[in-house]
Amino acid sequence: MSWTGKILRINLTSGDITTEVLNEQWKKEYLGSRGLATKYLTEEIDPACDPLSIENKMIMATGPLTGTMAATGGRYVVVTKGPLTNCVACSNSGGFIGAEMKSAGWDMIIFEGKSPEPVYLYIENDKAELLPADEIWGTSVWSTDEWLHNKHQDPSLRIAAVGRPAENGCLYAGIVNDLHRAAGRSGVGTVMASKNLKAVAIRGTLGVGNLADPAGFMKAVNEGKAVLADNAVTGQGLPAYGTQVLMNVINEIGALPTNNMQDVQFDGAHAISGEAMSEPRKSDGRTNLTTNAACFGCTIACGRISTIDQGHFSVKNKAKYWGNSGGLEFEAAWALGADNGVNDLDALTYVNFICNEDGFDPITFGATVAAAMEMFEAGDLTLEDTGGIEFNFGSAEALTQSVELVASGEGFGQDLALGSKRLCEKYGRPELSMTVKGQEFPAYDPRGIQGIGLNYATSNRGACHVRGYTVASEVLGIPEKTDPLTAVGKPGLVKAFQDITASVDSSGLCLFTTFAWSLENIAPQIQGACGSEWTVDYLLEVGERIWNLEREFNLKAGITSADDTLPARLKEEAAKTGPAKGLVSQVEAMMPEYYQLRGWGEDGIPTDETLKRLSLKG
Amino acid sequence: MEKSLVINPDKCTGCLQCEMACSYENEGVFNPSKSRIKVFTFHQEGRFVPYTCTQCSDAWCQHACPVDAISLNLVTGAKEVNDSSCVGCKVCTISCPFGTINYNQSSGKVIKCDLCGGDPKCATACPTQAITYIDANQTGMDKMRKWASVTDNTSTNTSANA
Repeated sequence: MSWTGKILRINLTSGDITTEVLNEQWKKEYLGSRGLATKYLTEEIDPACDPLSIENKMIMATGPLTGTMAATGGRYVVVTKGPLTNCVACSNSGGFIGAEMKSAGWDMIIFEGKSPEPVYLYIENDKAELLPADEIWGTSVWSTDEWLHNKHQDPSLRIAAVGRPAENGCLYAGIVNDLHRAAGRSGVGTVMASKNLKAVAIRGTLGVGNLADPAGFMKAVNEGKAVLADNAVTGQGLPAYGTQVLMNVINEIGALPTNNMQDVQFDGAHAISGEAMSEPRKSDGRTNLTTNAACFGCTIACGRISTIDQGHFSVKNKAKYWGNSGGLEFEAAWALGADNGVNDLDALTYVNFICNEDGFDPITFGATVAAAMEMFEAGDLTLEDTGGIEFNFGSAEALTQSVELVASGEGFGQDLALGSKRLCEKYGRPELSMTVKGQEFPAYDPRGIQGIGLNYATSNRGACHVRGYTVASEVLGIPEKTDPLTAVGKPGLVKAFQDITASVDSSGLCLFTTFAWSLENIAPQIQGACGSEWTVDYLLEVGERIWNLEREFNLKAGITSADDTLPARLKEEAAKTGPAKGLVSQVEAMMPEYYQLRGWGEDGIPTDETLKRLSLKG
Repeated sequence: MEKSLVINPDKCTGCLQCEMACSYENEGVFNPSKSRIKVFTFHQEGRFVPYTCTQCSDAWCQHACPVDAISLNLVTGAKEVNDSSCVGCKVCTISCPFGTINYNQSSGKVIKCDLCGGDPKCATACPTQAITYIDANQTGMDKMRKWASVTDNTSTNTSANA
């Protein structure tokens, strides 16, 4: 069973807090977390609503494996309509708060309406109350975390909070939990702040149990842990270098977007790589990386705990940033580094600290700075516009000044807080925004990795790697190697990755397990927890159902097939160097086959037959 | 042969698999708040430290208990709490210098590590060997070996932390 079967509903407008029983039918159709929360959202809001209006709702949800001993079973999601994309937004986070929420007895928390005053939600098992947040409104996530721990005198309290940019309307603010894990993308934090909700603080001591087959569950869990330990990626690469193990690999295959995706290889890649994080600094002899760290229940432990050189310009006389905190992951290191041409590891680490401290997405932030740099160098942005900051590619100073301005909401930071799409529109160069559906790309160039381009173009939350990570197959050979430079066979690959991912995301497990696990490893764990009906085939069906449910939401929100594409640069400007030299993305050639495999019409709309097959239509 | 739990914080990643294994063994649910072993995070230093009862030979908790509810398991060497005798007075929690015996509100008794009867589940669950269960007379061997490897007869070398 593993679900608690209970939902907490918070009406922020009235202050009413009620509990309800989880919908049994939907649970069987959508599993949990991403799938189930999306079903609730779809049933409860008008997809065409303004994401920052009182009509939008925000759901925090766990999966059936969240809080169990299944390796990586600590994930939770935030599902809402996102302000960056105007699409369904589902941001997934690790850390510890998901398991704490489950241990407090809740599968989901649904927030609706808007509080008249700033509040935070305090949960202690069955007890839930909205408390005043006036004293922490206008402060960072880290300050909020400290204040709440002091106020409740409980070091075990788990906290998720928004920072100042969320309050100021930055369109890519996230919700940070446990100081440096985040539901980071698509502006879910902006939605939270728009409801005058500053934080959620949870203490859960009930425990998670209710397993369908305890012995079968523990057997599957132990077998799964052994597979993760024996796998080269999850057992060695990720613990040693984190996701940053990819920096040199992706650069070498000519798919590391550089200088706002003008180039596909970065000269400074090694300097900002996972390997560099483990090399002693010249100045103080210490390494950037102090240790790896795990989220709840995770036996991979890819998290980075890092320090910044105390003599570095970014932290001079700022002792607050001299200790350890969450270090660089690959996507952040790429967006802040290669995409801006910045090769200064300490500067990137500092900027990453600030993104965590004040809660905003380093991918969208970094790519927005990159767009600003290209516009500045082209003369579209002037020193007057930027408040005197020289936005040249390679400038670590421009990057660190930018992050401080977005954090505080001052000056040019207000423009940068819009994201690249709106920024580039404002300054007359919309074609320089490297986005799909308003959301910035992650760290893989679609010219050098063809399949990922199709995934970006069709991802239901805008450009995103963790909706269908075909890089696993196209670069790493997992589960089998495909040629990254060809479009042949990619529509099927993309669909398969997208459906499996939707299923894994809905279980409460981390997607990173799938470097080593197939659904053959995952299904027995879900079956042990939830019942024998959760077979591999059924999980694939559930994944496909979730994908189509999200698609239906987006269509009702106004998305059309014209939005399933990439910026002209990637379709017209060929890669200049590396293995992909001379190639552009063939996204448009792949799209008809993708629509066909999905059971959608040429207009990108699921056919009646498809909707009926997936029980999305009676 | 008596065995001891040995903890090496340098290897700990803070994943809490040990806490879940412990609570599942003892309470039947995954519940870190009811675990007999706790992992402490020192965020600024970037350190994770698992901590639990070391099973003192001459145990403060055992001496302090007014109803003789704590007894020695002759096979494992563990000091075990007898639930039928424990009255929940908490005197043991005051006397233990290390804080590793604690009151459990839901049962009204104290709880502490009992080495799972000789098969400690925390050690089995730990993915990094930060917690091991080895010969009680040999718990320092790994550290000795590490220092021995950097010792020579020509100089004093103190860089054994590698």
